Amino acid sequence: MPKFNIYQEEIHPSPLMHTWWEFRKSHIAVLGLWIFAFFVFLVIFGPLIAPFDPLLQNPNAFLVKPSWDVSGSIRHLFGTDSIGRDLLSRLIYGCRLTLGISLLLVVLAMLVGVALGAVAGLTQGVRSSVLNHLLDSILAIPTLLIAIVIVGILGVGLVNSMWAISLALIPQFVHNTREVVRTEMAKEYVLAAKLDGAKNTHLFFYSILPNMYEMLVVQGTMALSIAILDISALGFLGLGAQAPAPELGTMLSEGLRVAYKSPWSIALPGSAIFLMVLSVNVVGDGLRSALRNRLQR
Amino acid sequence: MTTLLRVEDLEFKQKPKRGFFKKQSKFTLSKVSFELNAGETLAILGENGSGKSLLGKLLVGAEVPSGGHIYLNGQKLSPYNLKQRCLNIRMVFQHSNESLNPGINVAKILGNPLILNTKLNASERQKKIEDTLKLVGLLPDHMFFYRHMLSDGQRQRLALAKALILDPQVIVADEPFAALDPSVRSQTINLIMKLQKDLGLGFIFISHNLGIIRHISDRVLIMQDGNLVETGKTDVIFNWPKSEYTEKLIKSHQSLITPR
Repeated sequence: MPKFNIYQEEIHPSPLMHTWWEFRKSHIAVLGLWIFAFFVFLVIFGPLIAPFDPLLQNPNAFLVKPSWDVSGSIRHLFGTDSIGRDLLSRLIYGCRLTLGISLLLVVLAMLVGVALGAVAGLTQGVRSSVLNHLLDSILAIPTLLIAIVIVGILGVGLVNSMWAISLALIPQFVHNTREVVRTEMAKEYVLAAKLDGAKNTHLFFYSILPNMYEMLVVQGTMALSIAILDISALGFLGLGAQAPAPELGTMLSEGLRVAYKSPWSIALPGSAIFLMVLSVNVVGDGLRSALRNRLQR
Repeated sequence: MTTLLRVEDLEFKQKPKRGFFKKQSKFTLSKVSFELNAGETLAILGENGSGKSLLGKLLVGAEVPSGGHIYLNGQKLSPYNLKQRCLNIRMVFQHSNESLNPGINVAKILGNPLILNTKLNASERQKKIEDTLKLVGLLPDHMFFYRHMLSDGQRQRLALAKALILDPQVIVADEPFAALDPSVRSQTINLIMKLQKDLGLGFIFISHNLGIIRHISDRVLIMQDGNLVETGKTDVIFNWPKSEYTEKLIKSHQSLITPR
């Protein structure tokens, strides 16, 4: 910068600000972001806002209707389930468990997948194609099926299902990273960077990675919605989180038994999952177009 | 004048790729020798596919020659030591648009070569980037810009800045003006000639625009099908071409510019 600044009002927006400006243009994406932020807030501060312990059974209040019903009470805002547990608290803890674990798994899968994909993309010959084609064949199988197979081997339980889902998510990151690295490597600016004396590691982090954000966002949000659905599905099938745990899928399968008497006990966890996946997809879509437009307009 | 760059018997043979479906393309550059003095401009001229760009790539080290040597100030350059070479011989690519990374801003585009090749700290790098931007007629404020925010002419200047930032002795430019409109083109040419005069750079131009070559280059090297046809002073070549091929090239150019 020069010693004195003539144009004091001039600002140089950072890439993040450019992205935010582009993102803000789509109102649906901003709405999605608010919903997603709300869920993330629940993940972080859930225990502070939940009115009851999610496992606490109240013998005086079985199947209390939600507060908007005539016979409902404000004490249990969303009512209680068949053994007298407060549904609101269970939902808050359920979002915490389902979304929190999904976020963790996606970050883990992304780190491992991008690292492997970068190695596969930067190397040539047998090593690269073994890594790639082996994982490509796994891509043909749905992730839930892979997860069920892995759970079948490891045994049921939340931790095992976490391992299973993160393993099932890795191949798509590897595949997409390799594709991007391959196409970027063929471009002229990579040759220019090589002529600057850049070695592979520097090349990847400084030249190729800045051009990969769009792909990472697309794959990341896709993986996040898959992870949420898979965790709930495994919980619903009884392969993931086990019965008393407040996990949205497990809650759904518990509520199914009393669905005729208290439809809200499946409607509420179901809509929580729906809203979560919807907001993730809307935010991901908005973020992708924001990132793309940032470098075009 | 001292000899800056000396090229001896440089040749290139494309290794035939093994495989059933791959076409056996074989492009060779037969032995090329020339010399470049400091502050001098050498133009490499020829039709498409004559090996001009290949020769440029061999000079900057993007391709490894199969024979011959390159000497800089009498010192032999190893084909694998890119670091030594990129400090002294820099390339300006044909399409400035594609040779600039779209994902990072100008400060990083210019900063990366400095990080890789010099021991400057962050504030010294900043200073150097500003100076180089000013040198090519851009503003320090352009540091925060991305590729898509710059015009074609500014991109070309940036590409030049990227080549100049390491204080090289030789710049190899592969058709740097091909994509520019005449006014920007002449601006860029004047800029390059001014820089050459100020910094004493050796320039190697790869082009098929005879008008520009005649205007700026001291010597010309004419190539056809990977062979060196003839080389000499620009005036001599343009007025008294020795080979039939050169004569044809020049006549076709003359017929374009002389009014009928």
